[in-house]
Amino acid sequence: MRETRKFLCVSCPVGCALTVVLDGTNLLEVEGNVCARGVEYAKNEAVNPTRTFTSTVRVRGASLPVCPVRSRKPLPLREVFRVSREVAKLTLDAPLEIGQVIIEDVCGSGVDIVASRTLK
Amino acid sequence: MNKTNLKANCTQHIDVAVIGGGPAGIAAAFSARREGAEAVVVFERDWEAGGILQQCIHPGFGLHAFGEELTGPEYAHRYLARAKDAGVEFSLNTMVFHMEPGRADEPVRFRTMNPEHGVRTVEAKSLVLAMGCRERPAGALGIPGARPAGVYTAGTAQRFVNMEGFMPGKQCVIMGTGDIGLIMARRMMLEGAKVEAVFEIMPWVSGLRRNIAQCLDDFGIPYYLEHSVCRLHGRERLEGVSVVRIGKDRKPIPGTERFIGCDTLLLAVGLIPENELSRMAGIEIHSVTGGPAVNDLLQTSRGNIFAAGNVVVVYDLVDFVSLEGERAGKNAARLAMGTFVPPARRLAVETDERIRVISPQYLTGAEDTTIYLRVAEPVEGRCRIFAEPGLFTQTLRYARPGEMNEITISASKLCALPADVTAVKIGLEVLS
Repeated sequence: MRETRKFLCVSCPVGCALTVVLDGTNLLEVEGNVCARGVEYAKNEAVNPTRTFTSTVRVRGASLPVCPVRSRKPLPLREVFRVSREVAKLTLDAPLEIGQVIIEDVCGSGVDIVASRTLK
Repeated sequence: MNKTNLKANCTQHIDVAVIGGGPAGIAAAFSARREGAEAVVVFERDWEAGGILQQCIHPGFGLHAFGEELTGPEYAHRYLARAKDAGVEFSLNTMVFHMEPGRADEPVRFRTMNPEHGVRTVEAKSLVLAMGCRERPAGALGIPGARPAGVYTAGTAQRFVNMEGFMPGKQCVIMGTGDIGLIMARRMMLEGAKVEAVFEIMPWVSGLRRNIAQCLDDFGIPYYLEHSVCRLHGRERLEGVSVVRIGKDRKPIPGTERFIGCDTLLLAVGLIPENELSRMAGIEIHSVTGGPAVNDLLQTSRGNIFAAGNVVVVYDLVDFVSLEGERAGKNAARLAMGTFVPPARRLAVETDERIRVISPQYLTGAEDTTIYLRVAEPVEGRCRIFAEPGLFTQTLRYARPGEMNEITISASKLCALPADVTAVKIGLEVLS
């Protein structure tokens, strides 16, 4: 069944308004994108929207009580609350290095959560 | 480089001073060292450099500067590594509290305070102002009601949540569609709070569209244009707000008030360049941007003081702040080293009524340059942005106040203009 949907591409700050024609999960047409990332975004968004997840974890013995973390790659949007609760359970000991893996394969998503700053 | 060693109470002599260790200051100092200046010192009042980037833990930074999407702390980390490798000295926990007025042909003198050295005078051959901006506070809105706890600017709440580890509340209303407010709506949701709604007094969104999509739509948070918070309820702690619809005359429409229960109100109602020191230095402040008036070399009206980043004009993207910081740092270094070529021309940048904010305000033709601007009101349709006489033209699909536009001006075209041309006119023409 053909259907037309509208997405706003969040790949970069330009924020192209995409008009997308789909047949089921099959992408037939994309309009409104200024670059190739828009097509990629529309494909994902139709089937399985993903976002980069960021939050903080509690840390003991550092100059700040929390350390920012991120998913190394975008993960499924529907998982973000589950991932957030997983991250909230942790309390880590300082020091933390930027890029250090905090949770491997979080919630079975295949994506690691890593520290996004160094904290001593 | 020479470590600027000295005892308390004597004057510290340096080549290039940078006030502010955020993205603009880091880039300026890095660039000044790369250009060849010896003693380059960044004065930063916080305990670490990085500025507001350290609390902006969300992604969206660095697509231009590093070709990948980074979080704020990651962006700061990379730029700081560049600056430290280049030999920039950081004077942390150091507040610059006084600037002496002076002439462009004498060193810039200012005073600093630091818990180790106490008060100190610094004399620099040139200086870059990079103090950034701050948020319009609750007091500037004059919302009636008591003054209960639970009312914060969005950036303050961001610092609490992302750096200090406190949650400001459990049930939240956000006033204003500035980007920090939208980012905080998502952040509060992820930390387990409920965000009731976002209200915007203007008929258009002031932040980036992508933040409406990924911060509000993704989380089912509604937003209402032409609405404003008109009363705070509660005495000790906020218990709710009244909101009212705003008419075309920008005034509240009587009878449209409704109550929304909440314990927290976050304000994202604009950013203001922070220029107390610029004013003390006696430099010209532009009436629209609220920042120093600068030429395309980012030189202020006092020739050995430069300025870059949100202290000049509020940018959408940190990548552009870094670029401008590097431009200011390079020219400040040249001035300190005696290799700065005083600009031969000075053309004023004039705008038509469709353009509101513009930077720089003067052009010299010394190098190819980017002019950053914001339109006064959204144009949802094809339009043409131009710089005359005959310098630039580009057709756009739309132009919105929330999304800055850039135009590039070629130095050779500018220099080829007849000597009796003293101004460049920038404007916007609606096509359809």
